[in-house]
Amino acid sequence: MVALFNILIFPGFLFLGIYALLFEYLDRIIYARLQNRMGPPWFQPLADFLKLIGKEAVIPAAADKHVFPALPVVALAAVTTAFLYVPIWSGSSLLPFSGDLIVVLYLLTIPTLTFFLAGWYSTSVYATVGSMRALTQLFSYEVPLFMALLSPALLADTWSISGISQFYGAHPLYILINIPAFVVAIVACQGKLERVPFDLPEAETEIVSGTFVEYSGRFYAVFKMAINCELVVVAAIVSAFFLPFYTANPFIGFLLFIVKTVIILFILAVFRSVMARIRIEQMVKFCWKYLTPLAILQIIINILLKGVLPL
Amino acid sequence: MMKGPGKITGEVLRHVFAKPATISYPKGELVIDKNYRGKIDFDASKCIGCKLCVRDCPANAISIENIGTKEDKKMQLTLNYAHCIFCCQCVDSCNKDAISFSPDIELAGINRKDMIVKL
Amino acid sequence: MAKNVVIPIGPQHPSLKEPACFTITLEGEKVVNAVVGTGYNHRGLEKACEARSYLQDIYIIERVCGICSHIHSTTFCQSVEELAGVEIPRRAAYIRTLMAELERLHSHLLWLGIAGHEVGFDTLLMYSWRDRELVLDILAMLGGNRVNYGINTLGGVRRDVTPEQIEKIRKVVDIVEERNKYYVQLALSETTLAARLGGIGKLSHDDAIKFGAVGPVSRAAEVADDIRVTDPYSAYDEVPVTAITDNHADVFGRTVVRVLEIMESVKMIRFCLDNLPDGDIAVKVPRKIPEGEAFVRTEAPRGEDAHYVRSNGTDKPDRVRVRAASEANWHGMKHMLEGDYLADVPIIIAAIDPCYSCTDRAIVLDNHDTGKQSVIDWRTLREYSINWYKARGIDTGKIKIADSHLIF
Ligand code: SF4
Ligand code: SF4
Repeated sequence: MVALFNILIFPGFLFLGIYALLFEYLDRIIYARLQNRMGPPWFQPLADFLKLIGKEAVIPAAADKHVFPALPVVALAAVTTAFLYVPIWSGSSLLPFSGDLIVVLYLLTIPTLTFFLAGWYSTSVYATVGSMRALTQLFSYEVPLFMALLSPALLADTWSISGISQFYGAHPLYILINIPAFVVAIVACQGKLERVPFDLPEAETEIVSGTFVEYSGRFYAVFKMAINCELVVVAAIVSAFFLPFYTANPFIGFLLFIVKTVIILFILAVFRSVMARIRIEQMVKFCWKYLTPLAILQIIINILLKGVLPL
Repeated sequence: MMKGPGKITGEVLRHVFAKPATISYPKGELVIDKNYRGKIDFDASKCIGCKLCVRDCPANAISIENIGTKEDKKMQLTLNYAHCIFCCQCVDSCNKDAISFSPDIELAGINRKDMIVKL
Repeated sequence: MAKNVVIPIGPQHPSLKEPACFTITLEGEKVVNAVVGTGYNHRGLEKACEARSYLQDIYIIERVCGICSHIHSTTFCQSVEELAGVEIPRRAAYIRTLMAELERLHSHLLWLGIAGHEVGFDTLLMYSWRDRELVLDILAMLGGNRVNYGINTLGGVRRDVTPEQIEKIRKVVDIVEERNKYYVQLALSETTLAARLGGIGKLSHDDAIKFGAVGPVSRAAEVADDIRVTDPYSAYDEVPVTAITDNHADVFGRTVVRVLEIMESVKMIRFCLDNLPDGDIAVKVPRKIPEGEAFVRTEAPRGEDAHYVRSNGTDKPDRVRVRAASEANWHGMKHMLEGDYLADVPIIIAAIDPCYSCTDRAIVLDNHDTGKQSVIDWRTLREYSINWYKARGIDTGKIKIADSHLIF
């Protein structure tokens, strides 16, 4: 019963869904305020979601009848599963096991793969170009992102997100060592979440909305939900890694979780408001020329420090 | 001048608590200059029925009719503001100042027939 | 992807504000062929002008373009004034110049925002449009409307500028200048912007001349053609104008030219306000215009705008021909697009600041199979399209199409 409650209501499906809608609202309002606009009212994401659910969902004649509707669900399921391994109200997640970091990273790759497949199975030219871009982009940011998250793990000597969180919670000063990894992670997350300057797969002004161009109605609603949930999960992971502050009290701990994720969201929102979208070949070049070396540098630093520091 | 990405960051962060430049219409204060050319007004008592305004209207949006008798004239202006382009040439053309413009711009409607008004 | 992919940008596409179709052939992400297809937005304005009097035509002509509306009506008024042989008062000429420069301010700020949006830099869009709003308020105050100011009339202008208004304009111009300095700096120093704008949509000096490019597109390639300088009209013979040129010859160069032109316009607006002569604002022009023809060129924010008016002695023109600036810039489009990336297509198109409906004139329909031309009426067209869909198994029974006499 408790497990079911955990999976379906809190911190699982329902909480994640509501928090994801709230997150979308916050993201949009922060983005709007940074641009000196009013921004949407608080219920806008929910209204959008409900409206999409109620609309006719069209499956293109040329698209695969079974894969096409299944993809959004797969994306959402992967993200929701990943959320179970992220610490929320304390230093420990719901189902921690050693090695859950790797599982979460792979679970988070699934949505991007579904974006690729969604574009591919839609067979529209815009979607095809978008899906090619999604895949190219995946190969560029995934490596630095993995390395940026693995280097704190190296120092903490554990492959479990909860373990890493607890380690840095106990040694808060060590976070400072991971600042380059934090920068890399934030930039790479922007790529993972397909936000400006790396929103090439759905670049509205170039390829309409890229991979999602053929999606409509409830299929698109689920996709959007998955994207919002991904935003929450990524913000939660980054905050678990780089802002590991906890209290024993679960209630305050929960509030702290919200504050931390909103801080990460704010950084992400500022990031997307200050830059222009770059081209795909510039993106690849940037990731391999600057981001990856920085992440490698962090790994080297952490390996060396591990020998020196009294752990 | 230093080159680099994210040059606008300072400017962006300054706006976090600034008052937004937009309003959430239809709430909020609407600032319309008194010189704005919105829907026209008509003063039937000044009109002599010369129809100069009708002749010069580029959109065929107005017509003038005498609804009184030949001796006791009473002019009526019919305006189709779905056709009107708010140029106010009719205001300029009228020698008797019978037509004037007003800053009334909130004229949207969902029925085309409602847009034909008798002034 | 070894095979070439053909992508249609348009007729409906988020990056195009008006319908036009660019058929882009891609090899990977590189554009190997581009076909520019305009003609989706023909409104028959020239014909409409022939059916109305000169006075009414001003308002029709003003609606040729949604942004450079003033310059079109100025050009038309000048043509008619030339035919009628009247000289407008100096004060009117100054007010026309003032409006034209304010219009250039708002047009270039609008373009800056669009350019930002096309490359995914929405913050720039929001900021520059916010500042543009100040200029629009001024224009609404002076003319009475935000874009179709309707300030021109045959023989002068319809509204005078009061001292209080001058004060307000000065204030706004100061703010815009301040903001624009920031944009100039931003355009020159932000690397993501430079990375997206630099080196794309190349149109060299020689090509610009060959394709007959006008306005910022040609000036960015060091072709110093600016009608305000080469063939002054309104008050430009007294207002000091410098033609801004740049040597980048790409989209970045066009951006630089436009932001620097804003600075130039600010100076000109100040000059106009300082030196506004006293006197009348309009002279009377007869309703019937003597027989003759006139050809007038002016500098719109997008480049050279040319009007031709032929009169047959009545109160209606015999022929009106509008050559808007965008029309001249389309010719180099194919050349600019080819060899660049798909991602650059929207910004290259946007960089000429295109105005599709200004460009669209009558179109000729070819029969694809026979190459013969034919004209079909509404009813036949409707039948044809219904049968076309029926042949493809689509039930058209439920679709209600209004009859031609119901459409107005
Ligand atoms: S021009 Fe003036 S007076 Fe003449 S009909 Fe029109 S409103 Fe009446
Ligand atoms: S404002 Fe212009 S369009 Fe409207 S009725 Fe008057 S003349 Fe006609």
